[in-house]
Parts: sequence; structure tokens; C-alpha cells
Amino acid sequence: MQFGIFSVGDVTTDPTTGVTPSERERIKAMVTIALKAEEVGLDVFATGEHHNPPFVPSSPTTMLGYIAARTERLILSTATTLITTNDPVKIAEDFAMLQHLADGRVDLMMGRGNTGPVYPWFGQDIRQGIPLAIENYALLHELWRNDVVDWEGRFRTPLQSFTSTPRPLDGVPPFVWHGSIRSPEIAEQAAYYGDGFFANHIFWPKEHFMRLIGLYRERFAHYGHGTPEQAYVGLGGQVFMRKNSQDAVNEFRPYFDNAPVYGHGPSLEDFTEQTPLTVGSPQQVIDKTLTFREHFGDYQRQLFLMDHAGLPLKTVLEQLDHLGEIVPVLRKEFAARRAPGVAEAPTHASLLAAKEKVTA
Amino acid sequence: MKLVVVSAGLTQPSSTRLLADRLATAVEARADADVRVIELRDLAVDIANHLVTGFPSPVLGDALTAVAEADGLIAATPIFTASYSGLFKAFFDLIDFEALTGKPVLIAATGGTARHSLALEHAMRPMFAYLHAVVVPTAVYAASEDWASGELAGRIDRAAGELADLMSHNPVRHKEEELIPFEEQLAALRKKP
Repeated sequence: MQFGIFSVGDVTTDPTTGVTPSERERIKAMVTIALKAEEVGLDVFATGEHHNPPFVPSSPTTMLGYIAARTERLILSTATTLITTNDPVKIAEDFAMLQHLADGRVDLMMGRGNTGPVYPWFGQDIRQGIPLAIENYALLHELWRNDVVDWEGRFRTPLQSFTSTPRPLDGVPPFVWHGSIRSPEIAEQAAYYGDGFFANHIFWPKEHFMRLIGLYRERFAHYGHGTPEQAYVGLGGQVFMRKNSQDAVNEFRPYFDNAPVYGHGPSLEDFTEQTPLTVGSPQQVIDKTLTFREHFGDYQRQLFLMDHAGLPLKTVLEQLDHLGEIVPVLRKEFAARRAPGVAEAPTHASLLAAKEKVTA
Repeated sequence: MKLVVVSAGLTQPSSTRLLADRLATAVEARADADVRVIELRDLAVDIANHLVTGFPSPVLGDALTAVAEADGLIAATPIFTASYSGLFKAFFDLIDFEALTGKPVLIAATGGTARHSLALEHAMRPMFAYLHAVVVPTAVYAASEDWASGELAGRIDRAAGELADLMSHNPVRHKEEELIPFEEQLAALRKKP
């Protein structure tokens, strides 16, 4: 099972000090956080993609390429890559390039983006979000698998005898997760291709995501990729830890109360009861995270949101130290509970081995 | 059958709730209905939290489900500043946009003066029309002076009769969500528009 972190890349004022980092500080902080993730033994760093303030990561492969050069093991991913407003040809090229530079330590998560104004800035329309996601991904999928592509679709200018370069490393396209918090169509899309499905369930109650993941697993089997239990599921998580749980609550409360997503709404206590957010001791985080598999089945990837709501870099790095301490426990406990036959998350090495087995 | 009453009255006791109860009793007398009353005052903080977080607390989620699954609905609000109250609107802003499709609804309102009575026709009826509800022709408004009049009782009976009729003759059908298989989604895009 893979453990990692994902970042939205928001520039948010620290509500306890009034300090707002500059864009440069925030970008450098994201890199520092990614390097720390490798240092403490995590498997994955994923960056968001945004094209509007107060977010900095508009250019994910630039950042991930830089991190690739400074890490050895870390898998570089996204949360999410906008399959609706990016040109699928450019996604194919950018991430294949990154694959070569990072020696295969690359996968990505497709998402639609929920900010209406972003679509027209890139010549698209949010009302076409699902059709864009379906058509653009169909083209991306083909570009990575066929050396020469003829293409005609509804949204993009046609392609004749087009070759996307560089070709994927070792002829193995990056593994793709499809992220969705709402749409059964995307669960269906992920199932159709046998790709992964990532449900960022951190802001909503679990019942909604149990339906969505259940659908994905059932359709994954329907399309002949394996049993429902063998489908590739990723989940979000949101934690804040201190050795003494009351210290964690006291320290995190002002960040919670002022957080851009849920601040000025329910109490920290209600929110932790109703969503995966855990604020407390490392043991409480272990216990809560282990409940995820009871609701969603055995899963392959667990990403935590750690750097948001204006938390200063120093605090985030301390949190990553805690995460590094509990992840070995989580690995052991999840492994002990896992049903036989459940796959690991695909990596470049495993996909290459599978490909060589087929061609041998 | 399930009859759900949504009352947005704020005081206790509330004249809006009083009107809603009289309407519910009149419907019960004509149709075999289990009545459940939802007082929005009790859900005010949950409603605000849902607007902020995007998901309902368990108790609010239960109320929203009850409205969605009702065979008939009585919706009653005080008239504030020429329209339904903000709390009333906020609750219906959280209803799934298909939850009221085809549902028989009786609309009712209270106010300090009869001058506000047409808010039912100009504000409340269009809102429920937008939600594709079937709103009964008689809307019931009670101003301070109406509580002693027999005319109000007559309007309550007429409106309740209309709702009971619709509930008995137009059972609400709850449709299951349909999944379009991926091949069909893909094929639809390949066709020229």
C-alpha cells in the first residue's frame, strides 16, 4: 500500500500570526515538503493544478521535474491534472517527458476542476465537463499507446499521423487515477479502462463515497479487469497530530475555524465526527485511518492533506515527522488485515514487468 | 402515505406553525397520511453549516430525505421583506433539484398584514414551479386579522382537499439513478453534433 501527501498549493494567511507567504515562499515550501515526504519514508507526493489565485501550482510538471531531480524513490503525482481544460496532447508530452527524467517515478490523477471561470480561460465550457473528461482522456490514452495517431473529436482540432514525443518510458504509459468526489460517470470511466479511482473523501461523510467506490469496483469487474476487490482505490485523509491529543486540538482549532473550505461553519468536533478529519494523537490517526478499509474495502493509495489553511512550513514539517512515525504502523496493520488477492498500486516497475510477461 | 410539513416560523409558539398544523390536520381528515413536521428553526445552524461545507449534518440530512420521500408537502413560511424568509429559502436551496419533481405541494404563509398575501403567488409559487413541484391552486395566507375569521377555515379546507386529492391520485414515483454505460458515453461524443 502506498502512503503519501497531496497539496492544493493554496496561499493562505496564517490566522494565528496574520502572516501570508509570498508565492515564491509557498512554491519553495511545497518543494521542501515533497523532499521531506521522501525523507520520512512516504511513497507519493501529489500536487494540485490551479489557474487562479490564491493557488500557486499552475505548472505541475515543472515543479515535479525539479522534485524528481532532488529525490530518489518518491513517486511524483498530481491531484489533480485538469483533463478538461488542458490539451490532452500537451498532457501526453509533459508527463512522458517527466517519466524519462524521473526514471518512471510518475503517475497522475485526472480531475475535471470545479471552478467555472477557468474553463472559458482555456476556451472550454464547464457544462461540457464530463464530455470533455471522456473525450480528452480517450485521446490521451491513445496517444500513449499508439505511436501514430489519427484523431477527430468534438473538442480538439483533428490530428493526422501525429506522434506524441517523447514516447512513454519503456513503452509503459504512466498509471492513471481518476479523481471524483461527485460523478458516477467518472467512476464508470475509471472502471472501463481498468485505471485507478481516487475518492478524495475528506470533506464529506463516508456514505456518499461508499456508493461511488462501490460502483467503481462493480464496473471494474464488469469490464473484465478482475474482481471488485482487485480494483485500484485511492483515498484522501486529513490529519493534525501532537503527542498529546488536546495539544493537537488547541493548536489546530484556529486553522480549522478559519480554513477556506469549511471555516466559519461547523465545530471542529462535529466535523471530525462527520468526516475523515482527525485531530489528535498519532494513535488516534492510526485508528481512524484503519477504519477507512472497513468502509471502502482494501485500497492501494492513501494520500494525506497536510499543508493547508495557512499552517506554517515549520509546523507542516513537524507533522510530516509524525506521519513518518505512524506510516510503518499503518503499513503493518493494513497488511495484516488485507484480503488475499488484493493488488498493490501499479508502479512503473510493476507495469513494465506485466508488459514483458505478456510479450515474452 | 407520507405527508411532510415544513414550517419556517421562528417564534414559539409560532403562527406559521399553527397554520401549518391546521392544514396538516385538514389533510389527515381526507387522506390516510402519516404526518411529520420539520421545524426549520431547530435546523437553522445545521442549514448554515451545510451551506458552508456542502454536506448536511445527520439530523438535517434526515429532514432533507424526509422531504424528498414525501408523498405530499405542506410548506409554510412567515413573509419577511416581501418574500419567504431567508431560512425557508436556505432550506430549499439544499434540496436536491429533482427531489420535488411531480410532488404535490401546498404553500402557506403568515404575516402581520394582508398586504403581503400575494408573496405566495409572486415568490413561493414560482420557486416550487422551478423545482417542478405540483402546487395546489389554493395557497393559504393568514394575516393577524384572519385568525378569527371563518374565511380562513374555508380556505384551509379547500387547499387541504386539493392536496389530499393530488396525493391520492398522483402517487409520487421515486426514480432510480441510471448509469449510462461508458461505451454509450464515448459513442455519443463520436457522433457529429
